[in-house]
Amino acid sequence: MDIEIASLSFTYPSSLTALRKVSLSIGTGEAVAIIGQNGAGKTTLVKHLNALLKPTHGQVRVGSWDTRERSVAQLAARVGYVFQNPDDQLFQRTVRAEVMFGPRNLGWAKNRAAVQVETTLKEVGLLEQAGRHPYDLSPGDRRLVALAAVLAMDTPVIVLDEPTTGLDYAGVEKIGRIVDDLRAKGRTLIAITHDMDFCAEHFERVVVLAEGRLLLDGPIRAVFAQADVLAQSDVDPPQLARLASRLGLETVPLTVEEFIAEVGQAGKTEL
Amino acid sequence: MDSGYRGGGNDRVEDLADLVTTNVITLEHVTYSYPASSEPALRDVSLAIPAGQFCAIVGANGAGKSTLAYTLSGFIPHFYRGSLAGRVTVAGRQTTAAPLSELVLSAGMVFQNPFNQISGTKFTVREEIAFGLENLGAPREEIRGRVAAAMALVGIEALAERSPLALSGGEMQRVAIASVLVMKPPVLILDEPTSQLDPIGSREVFEAIRALAAGGEMTVVMIEHKLEWVAQFAERVVALAGGKVIADGKPAEVLTDERLMLHGVGQTRYTLAARRAREIGLWPAERKLAVTLEEAVMGFG
Repeated sequence: MDIEIASLSFTYPSSLTALRKVSLSIGTGEAVAIIGQNGAGKTTLVKHLNALLKPTHGQVRVGSWDTRERSVAQLAARVGYVFQNPDDQLFQRTVRAEVMFGPRNLGWAKNRAAVQVETTLKEVGLLEQAGRHPYDLSPGDRRLVALAAVLAMDTPVIVLDEPTTGLDYAGVEKIGRIVDDLRAKGRTLIAITHDMDFCAEHFERVVVLAEGRLLLDGPIRAVFAQADVLAQSDVDPPQLARLASRLGLETVPLTVEEFIAEVGQAGKTEL
Repeated sequence: MDSGYRGGGNDRVEDLADLVTTNVITLEHVTYSYPASSEPALRDVSLAIPAGQFCAIVGANGAGKSTLAYTLSGFIPHFYRGSLAGRVTVAGRQTTAAPLSELVLSAGMVFQNPFNQISGTKFTVREEIAFGLENLGAPREEIRGRVAAAMALVGIEALAERSPLALSGGEMQRVAIASVLVMKPPVLILDEPTSQLDPIGSREVFEAIRALAAGGEMTVVMIEHKLEWVAQFAERVVALAGGKVIADGKPAEVLTDERLMLHGVGQTRYTLAARRAREIGLWPAERKLAVTLEEAVMGFG
């Protein structure tokens, strides 16, 4: 399912203007990372995708729907939104009930929902915790519960607001595998992140916001090649991109393998 | 007269003279279990941290990092109860013997979730950050200066008149850090303080904390997953797994220790690249693996 954001501006009731004429087209099955400084408007932008916020000016279209004409409940079937803080999202007594809530709320039959819940819990590695209270889990596992609760709804569009925050290395790897899997399934994926290494390894397109405006939008290597522009939004390129740049390599490696191949190549040319 | 308030004046220098010769934090054979839990969250942990050191704690989720932070700040056992064995001494006070109201003056703590730090009773960021000093009855002029300095340290001057409850996640996290820095605690404990900060903001917080420790103003214990900045700014890294200390040393040693990968602690991309390069002869076997950008530039350059 595709998304069209046309000249979107948004001003909060406090009169803070968080978005200024942002335009963005996201095709079906694209994986887009949204990055930028704290307060740049990233969360405000994605809250428009499921109509939690409605445009002050401009338009947001999800598939054929104009979000101004749809309710949050209607959009829940199209856009799954995983909150930045899992504690804002979790409210059931068990992990299983938490993950069951979404599909049932969308009107799925009990049996179909139950199968989906077990599959999803298995995918995120929480099957053994299914009977526990979400608040008895570690913050990292609570984040996975919040993710599972959204994945279970099987929406064509998935929004992740800082999915790796507070996760250890293994947790970040797990989220990375889930992201790769969603991409393989052809979901439209939009993730806000401050983790540039995670971004480099799992996304293909990057959108940079700064002070409510669109600063950059393009293929990941092209965006990470522009360190000076990124700095305007308090973003550094990923570690390997910075290393490659310091070494005078002309490409922007996204993985250790790519970097090693580049270094090996450069070594040969020198000889 | 004695409100427990620590002024920013001469008495700090005297305190410091007492502290430099000794360890500000000591844990001796500390084992702790939460109430209603049979498994200890910390197992026989012994640590000594000297004054002015910037010590980072790394480990997988569930390794005991936050539990260690609560133990140092006195929330364990005063708030969380449970069973604590061994001895914890912070800034000269044994944490089990002193009340929490006293302990918080010597050990300030920045919580993992900034929402838990914000009082929720103040209308502006400036008032929120002044809240702690007001409670101690600090003079108005001094509050004003210290609040301004704390806001400058974490780059939130522009948010001064905003509502603390209407901020982005990262902005709120900066407010939470400033609200503790303003108290100038001799011991500063931070539980993933940069988790929601943008990349350059994260680095700046590390730089500011490093400067406070290096200037002798604070002894810092910081739980973090951002290994690039841990490698660059911390003086010491303690790795936890299953409630135990599994490595303790300089960042260059601990963060290249392959055993840590088995315990869910990652490594910087510089280390991963250097190790891969060494396997295929692109990194000299005798050269130490890189943990920072500068070391990687030297090694690959």
